[in-house]
Amino acid sequence: MERGKTMKLSIPEEELVGSGHLACQGCGATLCMRYALKALGQNTILDIPACCWSVIDGPFPHTSVKVPLFHTAFETAACVASGIRAGLDVLGRGETNVVAWAGDGGTFDIGIQALSGATERNDNIIYICYDNEAYMNTGIQRSSATPYGAWTTTTPVKHFKKMPKKDLVRIMAAHRIPYTATASVGYPEDFIAKVKKAKEIQGTTFLHIFSPCPPGWKSQPEKSIQLARLAVSTCYFPVYEIENGEKYTVNKVIKKPRPVKEFLEQQGRFRHLTEEQVNGIQKNVIVSYNELLKKAGLDLEVHVEIKK
Amino acid sequence: MAKGKIIYKRAKDIPLNAMSVGSMLFNKTGAWRNVKPIIDYDNCIKCMICWKFCPDICIVIEDENPVIDYDYCKGCAVCVVECPKKCISLVEEGR
Repeated sequence: MERGKTMKLSIPEEELVGSGHLACQGCGATLCMRYALKALGQNTILDIPACCWSVIDGPFPHTSVKVPLFHTAFETAACVASGIRAGLDVLGRGETNVVAWAGDGGTFDIGIQALSGATERNDNIIYICYDNEAYMNTGIQRSSATPYGAWTTTTPVKHFKKMPKKDLVRIMAAHRIPYTATASVGYPEDFIAKVKKAKEIQGTTFLHIFSPCPPGWKSQPEKSIQLARLAVSTCYFPVYEIENGEKYTVNKVIKKPRPVKEFLEQQGRFRHLTEEQVNGIQKNVIVSYNELLKKAGLDLEVHVEIKK
Repeated sequence: MAKGKIIYKRAKDIPLNAMSVGSMLFNKTGAWRNVKPIIDYDNCIKCMICWKFCPDICIVIEDENPVIDYDYCKGCAVCVVECPKKCISLVEEGR
């Protein structure tokens, strides 16, 4: 559609996700799908294991996306995508995008062997993981993507999660995957550019998207986008990409990170943390961010002053 | 794709291959809302940031203006927080 001079849209106008879906108020996962499909276009086949999106899409025989969508078992997101790809290749439809779309549970825990296998075979699929940091669909159980200190129903306040989050992007980089990147729903232009880049690459591509979840994080629904941006500006979730497992590029370089406390204090799941524990998280965030900057070949070291 | 709700009355009406034949548009999620966002068009600069961040895809562009479709708006208020001119106000939904 032609637009006048007054209005410039920074992202494509075509909508392939319809209203009436079953997501909670302020859901980040819906925005993920909306932006991804804007970048991928109509010629796409989605394959979704058990995750929030298998519910958001709607009950049989209804759907809220305007592309073919295949519901599959929890651990099979990547191998079903490989199968769809093989079938399409036989039919001579190489230009159709095959997207495996899974949550953090179906990627970090249950689906990791299928993903690892598909990456090793270098099947021409795009794997998108929207990460809301727990099994939100089944009622907020801990996953290996849950960060240190977070409350979930299986890691209650007294026994909050003591292990750090699994660094899946680095696991994918160790596979020498042609392209892997992280993105945040707070920066749709960056996210769409990455999906478009992944679409052009022949071979497996993996995208890790940070997606706020108000019911699971015990945050306000209207703060969703703010939280997604705060996660980037506090260096809690850096936005970067890795090509062929070697070439690191940091897309949003944060020279003066904001204290991670600003991000944590807006979420009920971190409310029980003491000052000392918050400072511990702050230290780890900055150490890993500096490591990332070093890998990207940037001559920069950030630090945040911890107020006592 | 059918817009209304599809109900199969007899078992033999159900397609053999489980597939989607209707859209979720029958599900008017506006009923979930307890606060209602209202755009003040006098201050609106048509930046379309509200359209960009709407998780319910209920802000549509009509004549270069963002228009909220209250049939589907769930009242999450993301648009209210993201509006750079702060020209979207929230009012409590009447009964």
